[in-house]
Amino acid sequence: MNDLDYKFFEELLKRESGLIITPEKLYLLESRLLPLAQKQGIQGGLEGLARQMRACRDAALTRAVVEAMTTNETSFFRDNTPFQRLKEDILPVFLKSRATQRSLRIWSAACSSGQEPYSVAMTLKEHPQLAGWRFEIVATDLSQDILAQAKAGVYSQFEVQRGLPIQMLVKYFTKQGDNWAFKPELKDMIAFKEANLLGDLKHLGHFDIVLCRNVLIYFDVPTKGKVLSTLKGATREDGVLFLGGAETVIGISDAFRPLANVRGVYVRDDSTFMAEKKPAAPVPPVSAAQK
Amino acid sequence: MKTCLIVDDSRVVRKVAQKIFEDLGFACSEAEDGQKAVEACKAGMPDVILLDWNMPVMSGIEFLQVLRKTEGGDAPKVIFCTTENEFSFIEKALEAGANEYIMKPFDKEIVQSKLLQIGAI
Repeated sequence: MNDLDYKFFEELLKRESGLIITPEKLYLLESRLLPLAQKQGIQGGLEGLARQMRACRDAALTRAVVEAMTTNETSFFRDNTPFQRLKEDILPVFLKSRATQRSLRIWSAACSSGQEPYSVAMTLKEHPQLAGWRFEIVATDLSQDILAQAKAGVYSQFEVQRGLPIQMLVKYFTKQGDNWAFKPELKDMIAFKEANLLGDLKHLGHFDIVLCRNVLIYFDVPTKGKVLSTLKGATREDGVLFLGGAETVIGISDAFRPLANVRGVYVRDDSTFMAEKKPAAPVPPVSAAQK
Repeated sequence: MKTCLIVDDSRVVRKVAQKIFEDLGFACSEAEDGQKAVEACKAGMPDVILLDWNMPVMSGIEFLQVLRKTEGGDAPKVIFCTTENEFSFIEKALEAGANEYIMKPFDKEIVQSKLLQIGAI
């Protein structure tokens, strides 16, 4: 592929999805877009695809290219720790701060094939003190195809064995041929919506808990900053944000700061998340010996 | 070092499983049916048992029922590893005291994720 074509795809993907294709990721263009070009009956491989897209603006084709390039790697309770933190450190705080409303709004941003929002739903269901609470989980992704898959809630035998405890499989799934399908009680907790993190997302409203894990790693610094400010707009003042293990806000944005002692969890710069715990215990008097 | 007893009548499966468990830091021993597994456990309880369902002499589910009644037999974490993938089998295994359940075919990632879930690694 010549430099001009590379630049064309690089700019298109950056503009449409924020995805950064560095030269060492060039192989991804080939492995994902060549099959697409063939499927669309476009001659001349990637050059041909670029030529056709330059010649006339085709929204459907652009969308297909973006969807083919955005990765969809995931598993149930991916990385495990964030769900532990949610259960042990975050939900107990909301149990107090939402004791009157008894409801939680949660956003799984870039939910891919749905494992993350379903894992959140199971975590909430399994929490005895949250029985009787109302939950609204909003799960978004920019890919229509993957959202349709997520909404169906049907997973292969291989997929349900990655990260999902067997007790949960028995409790929340029914068997459908060779596959496993989530029961309606779980599916009804989640609203799947198409949304691009680079777009205006005000219509989604405000959330107590936002999960945007392993998404920022694909963006350059200015785009990370832009997405983080969008996420701040969607996070309630006393809400929290989960990022992926390899992600941080430090040096990128002032919109969020790490929550002390809870790895991977962030709060807004003007956060009131732990407000009810203030005022903190009085500072112990310095003893004579220490002086 | 943690120990794992691999119970399967297929020598190939035992070898594949052994490689995976050794990579995860386990010392492995093998048994080719439930009866031999009972004897191995009486000689010394392993930390983890990977258990096939359909075997000659004594099946996996019969072995598990015997194990859980044996003194010290509630300690090992038992992971079924079988081609049986019907709901009723999984429920029966859990009722008998299995800690996890793998539906064949399996790979290292599945084994690792199951071991993490039951706190064995």
